[in-house]
Amino acid sequence: MRVLVGVKRVIDFAVKVRVKPDKTSVVTDNVPHSMNPFDEIALEEAVKLKEANHAKEIVAFSLGPAKNQEILRTALAKGADKAIHLEVDDATYQKVEPFHVAQAIAKLAKDEKFDLVFLGKQAIDDDANQTGQLVAGFLNWPQATFASKVETEGTSHLKVTREIDGGLETIKVKLPAVLTADLRLNEPRYATLPNIMKAKKKPIDKKTPKDLGLDLTSQTEVLEVSEPPTRKGGEFVEDVPTLVKKLKEKGAL
Amino acid sequence: MFSHNLLRSVSSAVCKKCEGLVPKFEAIFGNEYVKTTESFRDHYGHDEGHFPNRPPDIVLMPGTVQEVSAAIRLCNEQRIPVIPYGTGTGLEGGVTAFKGGVCLDLKRMDQMTQLNEEDFDCVVQPGVTRKMLNEMLKNTGLWFTVDPGADASICGMIATQASGTCSVRYGTMKSNVKNLEVVLADGTILYTRGKNRRPWKSSAGYNLTDLFIGSEGTLGVITSACVNVHPRPPALSAAVCSFPDVARAVETVVNIRHMALPIARIEFLDEKQMQACIAHSKLNMEEKPTLFMEFHGANERDVEEQTALAEELCILNQGIRFEAATDTVGMNQLWQARHMAYYATMSQRKGARGFTTDVCVPLSQLPKVVTETRKDIDASGMYGTIVGHVGEGNFHCIFPVVEEDEKEMQIIWGLSDRLVKRALAVGGTCTGEHGIGLGKINYLKEELGEEGVHLMKLLKKTLDPNNILNPGKVLSE
Repeated sequence: MRVLVGVKRVIDFAVKVRVKPDKTSVVTDNVPHSMNPFDEIALEEAVKLKEANHAKEIVAFSLGPAKNQEILRTALAKGADKAIHLEVDDATYQKVEPFHVAQAIAKLAKDEKFDLVFLGKQAIDDDANQTGQLVAGFLNWPQATFASKVETEGTSHLKVTREIDGGLETIKVKLPAVLTADLRLNEPRYATLPNIMKAKKKPIDKKTPKDLGLDLTSQTEVLEVSEPPTRKGGEFVEDVPTLVKKLKEKGAL
Repeated sequence: MFSHNLLRSVSSAVCKKCEGLVPKFEAIFGNEYVKTTESFRDHYGHDEGHFPNRPPDIVLMPGTVQEVSAAIRLCNEQRIPVIPYGTGTGLEGGVTAFKGGVCLDLKRMDQMTQLNEEDFDCVVQPGVTRKMLNEMLKNTGLWFTVDPGADASICGMIATQASGTCSVRYGTMKSNVKNLEVVLADGTILYTRGKNRRPWKSSAGYNLTDLFIGSEGTLGVITSACVNVHPRPPALSAAVCSFPDVARAVETVVNIRHMALPIARIEFLDEKQMQACIAHSKLNMEEKPTLFMEFHGANERDVEEQTALAEELCILNQGIRFEAATDTVGMNQLWQARHMAYYATMSQRKGARGFTTDVCVPLSQLPKVVTETRKDIDASGMYGTIVGHVGEGNFHCIFPVVEEDEKEMQIIWGLSDRLVKRALAVGGTCTGEHGIGLGKINYLKEELGEEGVHLMKLLKKTLDPNNILNPGKVLSE
């Protein structure tokens, strides 16, 4: 089984995100970035499948500007065998949507005959939660999203436990398939120095949108990005009747 | 014995002076970073120990070392106490402002300003905690190895000479500091190793870096630290084993050290602690003295061999149920009791605060000291559990206490006092890693001798002639 793992470079989760003054997007210059945490989990699961001899090769994929190479090197250090970098410039990347990323992944999956596409359930910057589902749609492959447990059923199927609103659901999907990883699927390993060294020698294939016949026409337009309203100070009241009165005034009761 | 007289009400003279300085502070920091409301200041008058809350008169939140310097200079001119505050996770009352004054909340200074991967070091400000640093380092293959229980500010850990479960192999905080940026009592900004210097070692002049390590905010305020990081071990494994009694558990530790096994973590939980943990987390383990071990190695075979040797030594000392794991989930499960120890003990008594002791003795004396301590606690009728970084001869008794119950506190202080005397009698120390703070000031003379304390007081007088830097801590007045 050959596995394609999508990894996205996002603003690090610990950063206090600020909106640009022109309200078109958030500030990304000189802000720490890292691999989307759900993608780390997907990669970890793929590597575990390889360690258990269920997968033969893990290929990491990322669409984005030159800086995305760092994320791919990290993926290689954490156990991916090869990487594919679909490079676009910064300006183009601003307008890239899950729709485009899914097209690219679908094309790669078909052309290079992957058996499993493994993505994070959503990215922590846009929270779109679309790419995995779109890929399955483009390829007409079965999908098992929000995976919290993955087991093999012979060499033709996977048994996946999914996190859903009411609890857990276990389904069986026939390969090739698309999976997206949820938080409790595993705890990703750290990259050790020896593996980081080895990763420097692993290949990163460069591709352009043209190579994949990718149409990057925008499907949506961002109208405005703004911060939530700032929290105002509270006030003390003398007694409960006053409290009730104030709550009624503010429409809370 | 600790005297409650120390915690009398705040000096009103200091309070008035602080009020007078508010406009000056606001000019330096901006209004939003000068806090005077009672509810805000309340948070800063205590740490996670058992000493009563004594809030400062003002809390300042500096953003730069220049602001820290300006504030301290002002306080020095006015003879106002200054207390640095990192995460407030200390256990010895280090931040208790019983003389009032100004608290410097350093959390706004929260950057890793340098990462030098090839040199295995990085520079962090006081707002960076050890878990934050490891999160920042997570993809570099490097990690910061000093891991006390709390997610403490690294600069705070330096101020208390902290250590953790991994110190038996990777060293305490002291062994992992290359350089410090310290603001002195007169506002001078000092670089203990020289500005921007990061040699692995140096013989240049007196060791100023070590002077400030463990000084608990009484000689200077640490505003930046160059600390060591280590390569993450490529392979790990963990093991657990119980023993019929304390002596055999500790004997195993001695054997392990003597066999030159480079054990990464070795922790001890006594019977009472195991009982609490098993009840609290519903574990399938023995209610007996238990060792928790972790091995780091270059590859899987290396850790397998280490684990096998440790197993042999445990069995030789009549160990019961040796269990090992190499996967993350399994390892966490084996160590669960150790991770939950403090909470398990505290859960035995609702509403109590934790009173923790901290002696450290030569390894050869550990079985005797732990056994006698256990006997003393059992005879007193108080409930207390024992957890230890046994690889270094350091152990903690944890008592859930209700500070208001004076009779009970008398018994607890008695136990603690006898424990310290016991440790000092065998060549140990009253505090392995928590610091002197408020509670252990009276032991310094016995432990270090008059000459030692005299020299410390001379140093304090030289560096802080007006006694504004965390006054009343570490040294008696």
